[in-house]
Amino acid sequence: MAESAGPDDQERTYPRVVPAGDSAILVELGSEIDPEINSQVFALADSIEAAEIAAVVELIPTYRSLLVSYDPILSKYDEMCDRLDSFVTELDAIVEAAGDAKIVELPVVYGGDDGPDLGSVAKHAELSIQEVIDIHSGVDYRVYMIGFAPGFPYLGGLDKRIATPRLKTPRISVPAGSVGIAESQTGVYPNASPGGWQLIGRTASALFDVTKSSPSLITPGSKVRFVPVQSHD
Amino acid sequence: MTNPAGNSFDVVQPGPMTLIQDRGRYGFQQLGVSVGGAVDIDSLDLGNKLVGNEQSAAVLEILLGGLDIEFARRTIFALTGANANATLDGVPLAANISYVAHAKSRLVLGMVNGGLRAYLAIDGGVNSPEILGSRSTHIASKIGGVEGRSLAVDDVLNIGDSISSNASGLVLPEYKPESSSTDPQNLTVSVVLGPQDDEFSKTGVDAFLNSTYTVTDQSNRQGLRLDGPEIESKSGRYDIVSDAVVNGSIQIPGDAKPIILLADRQTTGGYAKIATVATVDLPKLGQASPGARINFSAISVEESQKLLTDRTEHFAAAQIHKLADPISLGVNGEYISVGVADNGEAKIADVDGETYPVSIDEYTPAE
Repeated sequence: MAESAGPDDQERTYPRVVPAGDSAILVELGSEIDPEINSQVFALADSIEAAEIAAVVELIPTYRSLLVSYDPILSKYDEMCDRLDSFVTELDAIVEAAGDAKIVELPVVYGGDDGPDLGSVAKHAELSIQEVIDIHSGVDYRVYMIGFAPGFPYLGGLDKRIATPRLKTPRISVPAGSVGIAESQTGVYPNASPGGWQLIGRTASALFDVTKSSPSLITPGSKVRFVPVQSHD
Repeated sequence: MTNPAGNSFDVVQPGPMTLIQDRGRYGFQQLGVSVGGAVDIDSLDLGNKLVGNEQSAAVLEILLGGLDIEFARRTIFALTGANANATLDGVPLAANISYVAHAKSRLVLGMVNGGLRAYLAIDGGVNSPEILGSRSTHIASKIGGVEGRSLAVDDVLNIGDSISSNASGLVLPEYKPESSSTDPQNLTVSVVLGPQDDEFSKTGVDAFLNSTYTVTDQSNRQGLRLDGPEIESKSGRYDIVSDAVVNGSIQIPGDAKPIILLADRQTTGGYAKIATVATVDLPKLGQASPGARINFSAISVEESQKLLTDRTEHFAAAQIHKLADPISLGVNGEYISVGVADNGEAKIADVDGETYPVSIDEYTPAE
């Protein structure tokens, strides 16, 4: 995943409201990964959702933009743009009124079979294993967005001291709940999947359950706190 | 999955990949859940209309053909999409007309031509469990359908309760799916530029709109990877901070060649998107096989929405008709209704309201 800024930031001004085809509009609030811009995205999404606009099918908040998918039979492009512009104009007030992010606590068993790469992360960082655990669990991570796979959170806020390159050879299967580090990112795998992240621990919490009406334990705009535990009991 | 109380069918052979699909799984993209759904949605809609289903009913999407099933009981069904060279108990079937199958009837599809995917709609719909509001199968995340996978030998699939008049022999003569009105190997696809077309140089946008691209074999329900002239970005880079994508988003990755995202796309992507396919043209892409040539043509959002509105209204207004016009015929004092018809594609016999395929080349209409 890329984290570079767009090439035309001198020419572009944000926010901008642009078409993503005939059934969606993209509201871009910036071009970079930035906690303030990301907070604006979620505040905007919340206020549009609260307005219960009949034509709006679905909202997809991401790092720096909000995709509004809508039914063009119910509302035409110009009409939707006007409607969204009215929210964007009020962005400062909307952000002001937004509540604090929800914190999702995930109990994590660090090291051992649950985190086979904890030792190599510590070695790479030239820190003790306990120091790596303390650093990793000492921060609340912002959920910038969920994507890639059901319930997979893109977390921000990893301490640079424990940033570690990906494995040279990805694992064929990473167990569900595995907590890993890849470069300057940390994350948790909701389901078993192939993966090249350095695994430092695992949570037994069910992160994604399709039988629930709110299937994802971690929601966009919340914060994740990893809590070290000795066992999965 | 057997439900003794209801109707069902057995999978004798599944073919290369047969999936349960409906119109898709909406409302969970912000949680990373792919929409999925039929890639040729026109053929899905037509099939459901012919068998009297709600638009939301699930059908089988059959890649390349090869499906072989046995019906447990009397069932109305219709095939749409690519011509599947199918037979019912050995008698050749046409597409885009509803037929009746009886208990133990075998429906066997050959290899498809004129496209990539055939659709089988069944009166009552395929009644697999709804997951997050949809029955669509998404293989990558193992969600929906039968355990999140394609059909396998000996699967038994339940059929839902019929909500229709239970009639066979129905056609929709005023309507042709977009995907079957065009040559699937030579497509002109309308696009709306953006959302990030300003990442590309004028040379790049011109190349995109004035070149012919070819569908490569690295294509599937997630997307079509195209080969053709490179599309130049202004900065030489193609990465952006990941954001949301839609059905028909056209990404330009580092090799500077387009990828058109389709139903099974991930919800977010990290490449700049030069354009978005007009919704009315998406079904054609669901039938485009490797080697198909694509030319892109830019239209405005307003034009794209007009095309969609017109098509939606045209489909809603199109009336189903009985293909045969039966007459009452006395045989030894018993009266039955009998009709035969041939519309150039389908040859059928209608007996007491049940429509069957017939294989005779010539017949004499009853006087």
